[in-house]
Amino acid sequence: MKSRYSIFSLARNAMNYHKDWERAWRSPQPKAEYDAVIVGAGGHGLATAYYLAKNHKMTNIAILEKGWLGGGNTGRNTTIIRSNYLQDSSIAIYELARSLYEGLSQELNYNVMFSPRGVLMLCQTEHELRAFKRTAHANRLAGLDCRMVSPAEVKEIVPIINDDPNCRYPVLGAYYQPRGGTARHDAVAWGYARGADALGVDIIQNCEVTGITREGGKVVGLETSRGSIKTKKVGVVTAGNVSTLMQTAGVRMPIESLCLQALVSEPIKPVIDCVVMANTVHGYISQSDKGELVIGGGTDPYNNYSQRGSFPSLEHTVTALVETFPIISRLRMLRMWGGIVDMTGDRSPIISKTDVEGLYVNCGWGTGGFKAIPGSGYVFADTIAHDRPHAIAEPFGLNRFAEGRLIDESVAAAVAH
Amino acid sequence: MLVVHCPVCGAEGDETDFHGGGQAHVRRPATHDPANVSDEAQRDYLFIRHNPKGLHFERWRCDRGCGKWFHAARDTVTMEFKAFYGISELPPREVMEQATGEWATYFKDRLKAEAKS
Repeated sequence: MKSRYSIFSLARNAMNYHKDWERAWRSPQPKAEYDAVIVGAGGHGLATAYYLAKNHKMTNIAILEKGWLGGGNTGRNTTIIRSNYLQDSSIAIYELARSLYEGLSQELNYNVMFSPRGVLMLCQTEHELRAFKRTAHANRLAGLDCRMVSPAEVKEIVPIINDDPNCRYPVLGAYYQPRGGTARHDAVAWGYARGADALGVDIIQNCEVTGITREGGKVVGLETSRGSIKTKKVGVVTAGNVSTLMQTAGVRMPIESLCLQALVSEPIKPVIDCVVMANTVHGYISQSDKGELVIGGGTDPYNNYSQRGSFPSLEHTVTALVETFPIISRLRMLRMWGGIVDMTGDRSPIISKTDVEGLYVNCGWGTGGFKAIPGSGYVFADTIAHDRPHAIAEPFGLNRFAEGRLIDESVAAAVAH
Repeated sequence: MLVVHCPVCGAEGDETDFHGGGQAHVRRPATHDPANVSDEAQRDYLFIRHNPKGLHFERWRCDRGCGKWFHAARDTVTMEFKAFYGISELPPREVMEQATGEWATYFKDRLKAEAKS
């Protein structure tokens, strides 16, 4: 059993100059066989493993990761958490995730720095204003704590916003979810990793899965860069790399992998204490505790596996935000990076069984996966453990694409991709 | 930044002068046999996509030039264009031969079908 983090352990370790902290997770060698294997140690994969062990008592399981844990999109996003989507099925899963975030630091005994600072989605055209009013009504029916706010209120919440009614895209109002916010993305991955490891899950890094082995219609194991591993249940949670991996099991995916970029500015004094998303002009912004402005925009419009995006996309995003927040125009940007996001046709995720027995897939989170990590892991673990979709996961099955039962969230995404 | 070349009008420019149009060579099943389109065939047409890590074939449009659609072969890891070719054409033979996975199967079937007709 791991010792708990607390004010007392902090004080105790301070006495020893912090030299005696134990490792947060082990680095085990892969065993020859597991009851279940999760491929991909990002937030969703780690959360899945954690809930499999905790809620379903499956502890003889492993997570395989080709790089380091949390090194993919989990460590590359802009950490925004909200649940104000349009469709009921989306609201259910994103709200489950958001509410789990509220107690996550206590649950994991790891400070994920969840900060419900409020998410403000600007309406900068008449059309957008109406679209968000529709979402607001849908969300009120679902019982979400969200409301429309007036331009004057927007200015009160974000004093640095450009409130000139004569600019190209004036602020006509905003859709506000006060319980939304941000969390520390790495801490979410590390917290779940530490929690899963404490429950006996083997987290195996630097172990790339090169193929899924089938015997007839069943999964029997995995080929990896560190040898073969036998298992009857495989959960694939590999985001942008899901198509190529699923293909080794003969499953074709309705996914395209695109590059989404983000960037941060030099740190400045606090200027913005909530998250602002501006769909019409394509950009979103928040300020980290270090003072950096964290900025994200839209995806590049073509397939990409290189984790490096194009300059025009960044330029477009920054142009938009300078128009919306004129005071940031002379800030220098410190870092920029790209992640490979897995886009589905309806911009909703896939949490599903497949035609192959024992093969499960959780992907398609596209540009908005971070906010869903706890909920996604929770329902995917349940799906794997019981070999049937969890009630909240059921609408997100792969079968929806053949049945025409889409969950269209392309208009509810904060930024159209 | 991608530098794109239009095989129709000969214009060359960066990606902002062009518009990426997604996977190439997608065939609409209803065009060929409108009476017999299964749910699965329609799903494949609308949603299932080749998503290779490596050589990919896509459609582009010459937005600020001639406005025509055309095809391109591009590597999704190095971002390098291997060929630009017309909207009703198949890629050059040497590029087709470099295709892997689903694309290799697709071109093999396509060439077989064309040899027959």
